[in-house]
Amino acid sequence: MTQVLDTPVELRAPVSPADRTARRRALLEWVAVHALGVAAALFFVLPFVFVFLTSLMSDSQALSRDLTPNTWEWGNYQKVFDTPGFLTWWRNTLLYAGLGTVLTVVSSLPVAYALAKFRFRGRNLSLMLVISMMMLPPQVVIIPMYLFWAKQLGLSGTLWPLIIPMAFGDAFSIFLLRQFLMTVPNEYLDAAKVDGCGELRTLLKVVLPMAKPGIAAVALFQFFYAWNDYFGPQIYASENPGAWTLSYGLESFKGAHHTDWNLTMAATVLVMAPVILVFFFAQKAFVEGVTLTGVKG
Amino acid sequence: MSTITLASKRRRSGLAAKQRKQALRTIAFMSPWLIGFSVFFAYPLASTVYFSFMHYDGFKPPTWSGTQNWTYVFEHYPFFWPALRNTLWLVMVMVSLRVAFGLGVGLLITKIKTGTGIFRTLFYLPYLAPPVAATMAFAFLLNPGTGPVNSVLEKVGLPAPGWFNDPAWSKPALTLLALWGIGDLMVIFMAALLDVPQEQYEAAELDGASAWQRFRYVTLPNISPIVMFAVVTGVIQTMQYYTQPLVAGKVASGVIQGAGTQFEPGYPDKSTLTIPQLVYNLGFQRFDYGSACVVALVLFALSMMFTAFLMRRRGGLIQAGD
Repeated sequence: MTQVLDTPVELRAPVSPADRTARRRALLEWVAVHALGVAAALFFVLPFVFVFLTSLMSDSQALSRDLTPNTWEWGNYQKVFDTPGFLTWWRNTLLYAGLGTVLTVVSSLPVAYALAKFRFRGRNLSLMLVISMMMLPPQVVIIPMYLFWAKQLGLSGTLWPLIIPMAFGDAFSIFLLRQFLMTVPNEYLDAAKVDGCGELRTLLKVVLPMAKPGIAAVALFQFFYAWNDYFGPQIYASENPGAWTLSYGLESFKGAHHTDWNLTMAATVLVMAPVILVFFFAQKAFVEGVTLTGVKG
Repeated sequence: MSTITLASKRRRSGLAAKQRKQALRTIAFMSPWLIGFSVFFAYPLASTVYFSFMHYDGFKPPTWSGTQNWTYVFEHYPFFWPALRNTLWLVMVMVSLRVAFGLGVGLLITKIKTGTGIFRTLFYLPYLAPPVAATMAFAFLLNPGTGPVNSVLEKVGLPAPGWFNDPAWSKPALTLLALWGIGDLMVIFMAALLDVPQEQYEAAELDGASAWQRFRYVTLPNISPIVMFAVVTGVIQTMQYYTQPLVAGKVASGVIQGAGTQFEPGYPDKSTLTIPQLVYNLGFQRFDYGSACVVALVLFALSMMFTAFLMRRRGGLIQAGD
């Protein structure tokens, strides 16, 4: 229908009545589609708007049913930063997300390369196990894992039980990178081998530069995973507020500030904002990752 | 003669050496995952099975208890069946609504010709909101006292439900939250819809097919594998649904979080209980590790069942890559 609009008007033959109804219908459809689009956009955007507006209300107004702030209390954000622990949670989150992401990429890339390009017995089985692990909720093995980290290694109250495993390959990252590396033509690898490169050098000198978009997608997903993780910090770090992450600590704002929705919402904005900023800078890698795996994002 | 056999023998041993080298190389490249798989998956999974038959509270050494934990979970643990019922509700309502809504938004975005990029970004953004933050936001938006949603509903003269504070409305509220974060399905459906061959639409149009007929007989058959994929991954995600119902329940009940805080999961009235929450409740609130492992194994069996289905249905997901 809308193709009609796309053809330049002057190229068309003198307008017949049939053409005119077609054009009118196309215009009507354009209006209907975009009205629906605006309605949908409101549904997606208004929650952000109300959260942001509430975050700027005064304490007393936050208890009212008002939708917009009377006075714009930017100091609420200062108060959130001044809350004991908030900066520590930032630091912990960056450590968990940053270090975790680096470890995941470094440990998952060689595995993904082997699964994509080597021929060996048990490869399909390994791939199926990787996919199974990817689909498995962390709660399934949490009891033995907790006993291992907390009782045997005495690491409860820290984030290390969440960071260390990332040095041993992450199933989702392996799968995503493997899907990406499948698209790297074998000719490049063969050419590198003719030039006398071993597998490791081929991986580092030839595959790594070509796999940058895939690596970017994996790094993003892993960063978001750590940033959003609630269950992990709840299990291992809950006993020690000094080890909390933002996602875990955020909830305590509601408790600490009782019904002060304004400060709770300011903290919520501060937890959402970095993720959304990162997305804007890396949108392409992100969408690529989603379509490549079709799994999560 | 002898020189020939010698040469072939040397070639054969050279081949064996090469194979050995290749096997070593494969093991070296796979080693991070081989270790990760054994230490963080296979071994703890085996221990989960072992502990499910033990009585263990983390302090006294574990003792054999036979099938006691299993009968406790299935027959006496008051949260097990409510959690399973909630999961079933979520699978039937939340998953199907998410698939339908995701398809609808995907269709809409392929029809939008002006400002496509802006619309797509706006539709996608909520999906990025960290689950805890998004849940906190909805707990505020939907709070019965001062929440903007109920303010607006009352102004328009519509009934204002209790949302996260009402057992009948807590799951619909979670569904609303899940529909808000539709971005992942939107992108997947959008890609699938753009892949439908244009000629088929043109042919259908020539045959005088209406918009609905074109959707029913051209679009739907073409994207049905993706719909299936969305349904099955939706079911798997529902089995693992944890952060949103837990945080919603805790915030709505007004429990203050802190070290060693005790809270009753599933507020209000067990209506937001899901299976992963039971593992936490049994293991980390009741210190009944054995029963927690029973629930963990139920969760494992359910997840694997649907994952196996996914791998069989969608050959495209795991191609051998030759």
